[in-house]
Amino acid sequence: MKFGIIQFPGSNCDQDCYHVLADVFCQPVRYIWHKDKTLGDVDCVIVPGGFSYGDYLRAGAIARFSPAMKAIAAHAKAGGLVIGICNGFQILCEAHLLPGALIRNRGLKFICDHVYVRVETIDSPFTNACRRGQVLRIPIAHGEGSYFAEPEVIESLEREDRILVRYCDKNGNVTDAVNPNGSLENIAGICNEGRNVFGLMPHPERASEELLGSEDGRFIFESILRGAAVYQ
Amino acid sequence: MFLKAMKVFGSNFVAFAVISSCHIWRSVLKKAHMKARIIVMPKKTVLDPQGKTVKNALESMGFCSIKDVRVGKFIEVELTGDNKAELKKKIDKACHDLLSNPVIEEYSFEIK
Repeated sequence: MKFGIIQFPGSNCDQDCYHVLADVFCQPVRYIWHKDKTLGDVDCVIVPGGFSYGDYLRAGAIARFSPAMKAIAAHAKAGGLVIGICNGFQILCEAHLLPGALIRNRGLKFICDHVYVRVETIDSPFTNACRRGQVLRIPIAHGEGSYFAEPEVIESLEREDRILVRYCDKNGNVTDAVNPNGSLENIAGICNEGRNVFGLMPHPERASEELLGSEDGRFIFESILRGAAVYQ
Repeated sequence: MFLKAMKVFGSNFVAFAVISSCHIWRSVLKKAHMKARIIVMPKKTVLDPQGKTVKNALESMGFCSIKDVRVGKFIEVELTGDNKAELKKKIDKACHDLLSNPVIEEYSFEIK
């Protein structure tokens, strides 16, 4: 599967994603510059974490207008896979490729820590290698990761099984006490109606090698590699 | 003629008249630019932890009588052009598309 990782001014997790895909999963991967109007031949686009445009105005607010985002929107519309990690999730929401928005953590602090997330559904190209209810230990690092959407949007996400991962404790219990940022319904990641665009705040690329303390992030990438055939 | 005026009215008055007329001409020739003053606020349905923290800080300073505090953004856009109706439309679009996120924010503006 061919991966493309978009780079904005201020993206800083692009190289980690590249390393995981190229060196851990041995997949063809290339960078896409934010000014590029075409993506080239890619199956899955990664919008990586970081601080694109310094998070000026709002996180992701300016990046969404980059020429490459138009191409990514077209790629998504045609059924291509897109995964937005952290700042990538923020950009996808600002670009309306995903509903809702990410706002300031309710405790106002930037949180850099390992958290547990529970896999809510395996009916997606991003979680099909997991078990339903599986707990993954993946790090977060964000100041604006609290997911917000109007009640009717949250209802539709629940009804359509589009909440892919929720913050939980190590036993898989979803409680307010383990919600690191105040996200509604402990939402850590969602997908679009076509189930081909996924946004999540945790960093699976930082949990794909034993050296970094957890390999649970591998399940996301393995799902992408395994499940693409079903959804494309 | 200038020298004659100086003789009749006195040099100070003439100097004042010359300088004043220069100022008037400068302000007529210099085009005043309109400004859009935009306020972006979090929607009432959105949790505003910044606002809460500021409220707590004000109260700890001894400031009572505060019901609520919400923190937003002020953006000033200096404009060229003088078609106010046209500028209003453009600023509204800019607010909707970029300067605010309608999912979580509301905006208002005036153009003067």
